[in-house]
Amino acid sequence: MGCDNILSDTFIKIRDLHFSRGNREIFSGVSLDIPAGKITAIMGPSGTGKTTLLRMLGGQLQPSQGTVEVEGLDIASLNRKHLYKARRRMGMLFQSGALLTDLSVFENIAFPIREHYQFRESMIRDLVLLKLELVGLRGAHALMPAELSGGMQRRVSLARAIILDPVLMMYDEPFTGLDPVTLGTIVTLIKELNQSLGITSVLVSHDIHETFSIADYVCILSEGKVMAAGSPQELMESDSEFVQQFVQGKPDGPMPFHFPAESLSNDLLSSDFKAGQHLS
Amino acid sequence: MVSSRKTEITVGAFVLMALLAFIYLALNVSNLTGLSADKGYHVSASFDNIGGLSKRAKVTLSGVAVGRVTDIRYDKETFRAKVTMRINSDVNYLPTDTQASIYTSGLLGEQYISLEPGAEDDVLTESSQLDITQSAVVLEELIGQFMTNMATKKD
Amino acid sequence: MSAVINLLQVIGVFVINTVASFGRASIFLSQIILGFKDVILRPSLLIKELYSVGVLSLLIIVFSATFVGMVLSLLGYVTLVDFGAESSLGVLVALSLIRELGPVLSALLFSGRAGSALTAEIGLMKATEQLASMEMMAVDPIRRIIAPRFFAGLISLPLLTMLFMAIGIYSGYLVGSVWLGVDEGSFWSQMQSKVDFQGDVINGMIKSAVFGFVVTWIALYQGYNAYPTSEGVSRATTNSVVYSALAVLGLDFLLTALMFM
Ligand SMILES: Nc1ncnc2c1ncn2[C@@H]1O[C@H](COP(=O)(O)OP(=O)(O)O)[C@@H](O)[C@H]1O
Ligand SMILES: [Mg+2]
Repeated sequence: MGCDNILSDTFIKIRDLHFSRGNREIFSGVSLDIPAGKITAIMGPSGTGKTTLLRMLGGQLQPSQGTVEVEGLDIASLNRKHLYKARRRMGMLFQSGALLTDLSVFENIAFPIREHYQFRESMIRDLVLLKLELVGLRGAHALMPAELSGGMQRRVSLARAIILDPVLMMYDEPFTGLDPVTLGTIVTLIKELNQSLGITSVLVSHDIHETFSIADYVCILSEGKVMAAGSPQELMESDSEFVQQFVQGKPDGPMPFHFPAESLSNDLLSSDFKAGQHLS
Repeated sequence: MVSSRKTEITVGAFVLMALLAFIYLALNVSNLTGLSADKGYHVSASFDNIGGLSKRAKVTLSGVAVGRVTDIRYDKETFRAKVTMRINSDVNYLPTDTQASIYTSGLLGEQYISLEPGAEDDVLTESSQLDITQSAVVLEELIGQFMTNMATKKD
Repeated sequence: MSAVINLLQVIGVFVINTVASFGRASIFLSQIILGFKDVILRPSLLIKELYSVGVLSLLIIVFSATFVGMVLSLLGYVTLVDFGAESSLGVLVALSLIRELGPVLSALLFSGRAGSALTAEIGLMKATEQLASMEMMAVDPIRRIIAPRFFAGLISLPLLTMLFMAIGIYSGYLVGSVWLGVDEGSFWSQMQSKVDFQGDVINGMIKSAVFGFVVTWIALYQGYNAYPTSEGVSRATTNSVVYSALAVLGLDFLLTALMFM
């Protein structure tokens, strides 16, 4: 099961992925193919492990079982040198922006270049200003991250993620908390980066509308499994109760809204419930 | 991120200041002669009792420090304590019959070796042996002797 | 009976956790040391950290050294003058500063001023995903962020300690000789004849190098392993100062026993 229909060229191959945090199993056998040069959206309720999945693609977390292959390389088995080499071809837009707070906007974007290459200062300036122009923040190049709004930080972070021209871009919830205009630009930008440069894009989100408008493929994760996969069109027309609940955002249905727990009446009546203690 | 000129200068000044402090410690606070330990020559002397003499104790000539004790060990051949000391190389005129005595500076002070030059023409050189020695005065022994004297007088 | 088993279990878990975190800290240290090459290749990073770790600690070191030297001289004088031994004041001030107070107090002040700042900085970088984002930019945060700070701490503390000793002794001299009237000649000459360069000064510096190593290591490890929340970072900062103080005092006893016995 997975997005493995009609795919010509597979960029990322996930097979039988298992992963746990403490006693909680986050992935229990996820298999997924992500096609090259397309936008693939990973969707699912918050807390399903979408961020965790991106971290595994970047080799920051290791699966307890199963494999994650990016461009044919088994990420978990790479040694440090090869892992860092593979990461040079990836860009990740963090949920929080994750800008380096002691560097200006300009230096933040120049950071990957300065770390990896010995370019002339004028060349660095040109590259950085071009990317800043792309996200519409050329005028803010001298500001510090603390002087930017959350949305602006996200855009700077996006400029930084694409400065080394990655072949794989990962976006972690790029749409949350943005004003409509910025939201529109980011959506267009992701689309453009994918189309003009052919960047394989993995988009993590739970905004149905924006995601369905740009994604080529959508996978819905829930409870550690791929629940549904296909093109946005297919999912909209799916007759699965689960997919319909997710797509239309209905509170009732097969998808649990609650974090796994005892039944409410049990907790309310039980004498040994302790606030803050894990229920497992 | 080129480190700014100002940072470089402050850091440089910091390091230099610390080095100056170190030189001050070396020259003004301690006597750096300790470093030139290998210059000078070594002589040894045997004592019946060295009392509380310890390594690095002073060796003096009429109260002037001219060296330090470098080694103390028990000689199982002679059944005596063998003390090796380093004498500064400029003090190269000590006769071979120089006497070594262990004294205490002040009533409760530390113990040191006092050298009293003899009359021979030959002088001490590296690895010479001092034959005339006077052991440390042990306070308890002294008191003990005093007590027995008192006791015998009474009889 | 079950209470005993419970207790054993708690102790067992504690021991295993302690051993495990010591293991983690050692692996962390070995990774830092592997970053030595990167630090050498980019001295500008080291200089920047020498500034924030060393230069910015100068003020508190100079200030404390001045007062510690003065108090030491004052108290020493009051005690020694009863025995008519005030000419030994220089020895007392110099030896206490060089063997003990210089290395130990500098290390404690350093951990409060620079160590806590390092922990909070690294902890916050972790909590705000700056370290994770660096990893994704194929920049190893241990080599780029941690290693320069480690070597800066390692270098800075001995330098600060030298200053602490020298300033403390000089301010002790000002109080002892200039103010209280101990003969200047005997103050310095007694000091010079009793303070041994190798036995005292060098050993004091060795102590301070060991402290610099341990304090910086603890500070960086606590920051790097902080729980990524504001509470986690604040706990890590407290731990950094507390563990550093315990480590410094414990090691000081050990080193003193080894060096000056
Ligand atoms: N550092 C962590 N320690 C323990 N549990 C974690 C940690 N990070 C995430 N989790 C758990 O893993 C699950 C998946 O998290 P995440 O991947 O961030 O979800 P999302 O799909 O919202 O991005 C969450 O339910 C969370 O409880
Ligand atoms: Mg997330």
